[in-house]
Amino acid sequence: MIHSLFLINHTGDIFLEKHWKSVIGRSVCDYFFEAREKAVEPENVPPVLQTPHHYLISIYRGKLFFLSVIQTEVPPLFVIEFLHRVADTIQDYFGECSEGVIKDNVVTVYELLEEMLDNGFPLATESNVLKEMIRPPTILRSVVNTLTGASNVGDTLPTGQLSNVPWRRVGVKYTNNEAYFDVIEEIDAILDKSGTTVFAEIQGVIEACVRLTGMPDLTLSFMNPRLLDDVSFHPCVRFKRWESERVLSFIPPDGNFTLMNYHVSSQNLVAIPVYVKQSISFFETGPCGRLDITIGPKQTMGKTVEGLMVTIHMPKAVLSANLTATQGTYTYDLATKVLVWDIGKLNPQKLPNLKGSLTTQAGTPKPEDNPSLNIDLKIQQLAISGLKVSRLDMYGEKYKPFKGVKYLTKAGKFQIYIYMFIFLENLMSYLLFEWLQCVLKHSI
Amino acid sequence: MKADVDVFANVTQSKDGSKNRVWEGTKAITAPCSPVTENRQFGSKMTDSKYFTTTKKGEIFELKAELNSDKKEKKKEAVKKVIASMTVGKDVSALFPDVVNCMQTDNLELKKLVYLYLMNYAKSQPDMAIMAVNTFVKDCEDPNPLIRALAVRTMGCIRVDKITEYLCEPLRKCLKDEDPYVRKTAAVCVAKLHDINAQLVEDQGFLDTLKDLISDSNPMVVANAVAALSEIAESHPNSNLLDLNPQTINKLLTALNECTEWGQIFILDCLANYTPRDDRESQSICERVTPRLSHANSAVVLSAVKVLMKFMEMLPKDLDYYGTLLKKLAPPLVTLLSAEPELQYVALRNINLIVQRRPEILKHEMKVFFVKYNDPIYVKLEKLDIMIRLASQANIAQVLAELKEYATEVDVDFVRKAVRAIGRCAIKVEQSAERCVSTLLDLIQTKVNYVVQEAIVVIKDIFRKYPNKYESVIATLCENLDSLDEPEARAAMIWIVGEYAERIDNADELLESFLEGFHDESTQVQLQLLTAIVKLFLKKPTETQELVQQVLSLATQDSDNPDLRDRGYIYWRLLSTDPVAAKEVVLAEKPLISEETDLIEPTLLEELICHIGTLASVYHKPPSAFVEGSRGVQHKRLPGSAGSGESADSPDTGSAAGVSEAPPAVIPSQGDLLGDLLNLDLTPPTTSGPPPAPSSGMQMGAMDLLGGGLDSLLGGDLGGSPAMGAGFGAPPTAMPASFPPPVSGGLDDLFDLGGSVGMPMGAYSPPKSIWLPAMKAKGLEISGTFARRAGVIQMEMTLTNKAMSIMTDFAIQFNRNSFGLAPAGPLQVLTPVGPNQSIEVALPLSTVGPVMKMEPLTNLQVAVKNNIDVFYFSSQYPISMLFVEDGKMERQVFLATWKDIPNDNEAQFQIKDCHLNSDAASSKLQGSNVFTIAKRTVEGQDMLYQSMKLTNGIWVLAELRVQAGNPNYTVSLKCRAPEVSQCVFQSYEAMLKN
Repeated sequence: MIHSLFLINHTGDIFLEKHWKSVIGRSVCDYFFEAREKAVEPENVPPVLQTPHHYLISIYRGKLFFLSVIQTEVPPLFVIEFLHRVADTIQDYFGECSEGVIKDNVVTVYELLEEMLDNGFPLATESNVLKEMIRPPTILRSVVNTLTGASNVGDTLPTGQLSNVPWRRVGVKYTNNEAYFDVIEEIDAILDKSGTTVFAEIQGVIEACVRLTGMPDLTLSFMNPRLLDDVSFHPCVRFKRWESERVLSFIPPDGNFTLMNYHVSSQNLVAIPVYVKQSISFFETGPCGRLDITIGPKQTMGKTVEGLMVTIHMPKAVLSANLTATQGTYTYDLATKVLVWDIGKLNPQKLPNLKGSLTTQAGTPKPEDNPSLNIDLKIQQLAISGLKVSRLDMYGEKYKPFKGVKYLTKAGKFQIYIYMFIFLENLMSYLLFEWLQCVLKHSI
Repeated sequence: MKADVDVFANVTQSKDGSKNRVWEGTKAITAPCSPVTENRQFGSKMTDSKYFTTTKKGEIFELKAELNSDKKEKKKEAVKKVIASMTVGKDVSALFPDVVNCMQTDNLELKKLVYLYLMNYAKSQPDMAIMAVNTFVKDCEDPNPLIRALAVRTMGCIRVDKITEYLCEPLRKCLKDEDPYVRKTAAVCVAKLHDINAQLVEDQGFLDTLKDLISDSNPMVVANAVAALSEIAESHPNSNLLDLNPQTINKLLTALNECTEWGQIFILDCLANYTPRDDRESQSICERVTPRLSHANSAVVLSAVKVLMKFMEMLPKDLDYYGTLLKKLAPPLVTLLSAEPELQYVALRNINLIVQRRPEILKHEMKVFFVKYNDPIYVKLEKLDIMIRLASQANIAQVLAELKEYATEVDVDFVRKAVRAIGRCAIKVEQSAERCVSTLLDLIQTKVNYVVQEAIVVIKDIFRKYPNKYESVIATLCENLDSLDEPEARAAMIWIVGEYAERIDNADELLESFLEGFHDESTQVQLQLLTAIVKLFLKKPTETQELVQQVLSLATQDSDNPDLRDRGYIYWRLLSTDPVAAKEVVLAEKPLISEETDLIEPTLLEELICHIGTLASVYHKPPSAFVEGSRGVQHKRLPGSAGSGESADSPDTGSAAGVSEAPPAVIPSQGDLLGDLLNLDLTPPTTSGPPPAPSSGMQMGAMDLLGGGLDSLLGGDLGGSPAMGAGFGAPPTAMPASFPPPVSGGLDDLFDLGGSVGMPMGAYSPPKSIWLPAMKAKGLEISGTFARRAGVIQMEMTLTNKAMSIMTDFAIQFNRNSFGLAPAGPLQVLTPVGPNQSIEVALPLSTVGPVMKMEPLTNLQVAVKNNIDVFYFSSQYPISMLFVEDGKMERQVFLATWKDIPNDNEAQFQIKDCHLNSDAASSKLQGSNVFTIAKRTVEGQDMLYQSMKLTNGIWVLAELRVQAGNPNYTVSLKCRAPEVSQCVFQSYEAMLKN
């Protein structure tokens, strides 16, 4: 099982270590640092490393590495899931998962880690249970503790630990009873140069925020549950009822939680909300190129596209960009070669356009690597798959709760392959090309 | 509803916002406060980061004072500081007694903190730790179950022997505690204790209590008991701890629905070890496991996939349920790919296995494996691999379009792999080959250096798969010759030029251009160049003689690389003796390369499928190959596929082959003898140092032949190719240094090794080898061998007189040797040996002579005297000669001895290319007094357990593993004198191959 945990910041300092069995020296991390060095980018460090006597399994979250050491055969997914759970818990407790926050609360973190694993076996990982045993710090409590000498640690047995609903504590009381659900969908898509979908899918998640008194039993039903053929549920969801009736029946955890994740992969269901017209060109000789990008709405179901942002990873040879945007602002980072065009709201009447010249390093050959274009966007009040909640019923309690559902569509990994023209000789051919484009534009 | 939505919007807004506010608030207060002195106390309460900053001298003293303070609050703060120092790796062990003093408190937080400290430092202060025992024992009786659990949990973490003794009683109580929370903690504690002192756990009967907990009413307790048992079982592979029967399986399946996600993982992993009795049971388990596929925890999903993949094997394929199950497996696997990249990576490694075993599951899901721009590189590479595995005629167009896109990405490693992938597609999907080749040509046109090189490497493979189909592209390839700077690409290009030399007009020029920097090239390129030029020569003999001479002399004379030199000699020899044969050899039709060379071997794949989700599945290696600490991992097999339900670990089917007469003796491999002859460590004047310059006439003749051949070669006065044979003669002058002196025989042997060995078994008489060449012994040549005939070791020799005068008065003497071999009588050469006369002598040997350990062990140094001089030589006898007739061990004794000999003494060897079945091998070995005691068959693999006894009473035990259809045997040897293992193995090889 999990033997030890090291927290390592982006500069490679180990700032916290926890051993659940015997102590393992820090030198074991050297193998990791070696791999880290080799990977260049921190994201590219392989998650599972083998050393002569141990295995190192790591995740990279919030610019921190959570590195666990194991000695015997342990399912790596189990370890990775657990590490993410640690990061989630820290995030949940302190609002942020960063080196500063962990250092500020090091004793609480240490206590948490001790509660989460016993001898490498997970003990309590549900945030409800943990919060009963170790109370998250709040300003008020800190002040009160200081004045009264009370502690952060609960002294009763967390009730959820052993009940059949370990995720919910008993005796919850609210004056305002409310249950809200966010249906959030991310479009992952790859479009090819002509705008045809190469690959598209929707990753959906239903986030819930439930503050209800007592032991409510909820049933959430959908207008079109047939969309959902690939789902994974929070343990509270009764799978049998989903199988037979296609409704989500559950006793909710208290507070915020992820009710379900789903995945819509059949491509005809995935609407692509925007289209992109783009051309990037370089000259075989001479240090410059041209860029021209226009974005327009495609299938938006009548909603407005907001938060539109285009990110282009330019070829390494591109030194600078001198562009004009009809809407929004652009930045070009010389070091990372990333062009970011922040557009904002998409106005269907006046399509945003970004146009201008690129300077390449003089004397170097034409760029070898194709640029890539990624799009970020948001559409409020729309689940792009068409998923709709029809109703929420509550059993087991008598009061009447406030209920609400919100929809949001975002771009996930939304990527478009780019045309890159290389003009062989001179300006003439380029002018010819411009002219051709002009003709084409007007003829359409 | 409208109103609700609005309210909701506000709340969700603050859901995020409030978190930020809390955090910002904390910061806002701490930031200004900490430097300001009057607010210090207040500010310092807010965060723990201050613990990191105290580095001043005397810190320990200060803490000590604080720990002993009367004020509770101050104490707690001090303990917190100590813990914080500990977490960042500072040594605060000096405070041990002071911290332990704080242990007796009602404050739970303080108690916990002290416990944390204890766990860390008890090991270094065992005597002090004893002080804490009383409090622990008391806490185990506390009315509060949380404290009881905490105490037993902490005690288990203190790895001090003295404390563990005190732990037993409280632990026993806690295992039977009324509160399930305590029971579940105690279950894990048993595993901890086992880790510290396994014997204690067994003696105290904790394992049985743990087994009882599997039937506990609380699912969490069940899950922890399973987890603890699984961990303990890992160090006891045969202990049968997790005795799975339908009743326990039922318990586990019930608990599965109710326990935590982590508990589900333990239970599923445990279920995977069960073998259902029939397909009905298998199906019912599958049905109860499938809901886990929809779990949010990916580890649960993958463990469920493992159980299903394994139990599916037992289901009849025509069953409706089988098809349903297949369909159900795809979506969860796809979902795993939308998780965090680290999870994706592990999932992809496993999907790689699943796709090989059951490609039908994911055959329609190609697109989810398309690479995204911001995937980490390790995910990208894995996705590529799976894309190729899934490529088929139906989707090849899409795949190719994607791959072409990847080939223009930024990341060099990824681009290379993408180009290679295009080649693999061509080889895998024949219909796509043409399109792949044209894609590759497009890529070559980009002139991006590493793309071109990679493309050329794969095009070479395509040529080998589809010969005479795409040669039209060669011209394009040749254009890029100059830009190639990587060995693999250069070697591939040279191979192409050599292979298609007849179609490339300037092939000789191209190859010649490589020849200029021959010695700077890597071995790979040098070897390829040598072969290519020889091919060219065989195809166009007239124009390329000079070239071939040049390369042969470069390879043989100027190179230090033995591989290169050997290949050079062999070509030279071939060309010189028989150009037709050379053509047959060098230009032989090559076997087509298989499309799936990178597939995992089926038995390994089966094993890995049983290990889905584990480290083994990430490394694609069986756990036995790398997992440390799991002593003797059991090989898992898929059910159904292997019919035999073999479980006993004792050899139970004995082979009753009788002892055959006339045991065939064995000679050591010729190479050893030759090598040994060169390294004589006797120091008579005639043989000291490396072989002296050739002095005998015969040797001179050979030299002449070489010299002349080379001269004429280099002189280039050869007319046409048929005349070549005579001209090449033998390898050039460098040769005598690397070949043993008896050239005439030795060299021929080198080329037709194994040609003359095909004697019937039993009456086998091994060919003699030359021990003492005539040139070293003033005309006396001795060749000989060793044999064991009717229980007597014999040295059988042929003495040949190659001198001009008569030889008489022969005598022989041995140096002291490892097994005390000595002549049992005088050398019986009764008549004088005339010039060019040979005489056969058999010298019986005894094993009672003086003993001295030799290096190598079976080295025998011999002195032979005649009327002319005394000559020394050394030879190696096969150790099988020393195997005595009564070397058959009782089966029980064998078992006991095998267990008794420490594992360190075990040596494992591979015997390659042996085509006997196990019975034939057994009887063959029996002839040489290697006795098969038992044989058992596990999944088509025969294991022979054998024993043999040496003349000096050393027993050697062996396990020979023979798998039908696999020419490689594995021998494991166990012996109290491990140094004999190597020799025994060599004998094994010799015995089996003759």
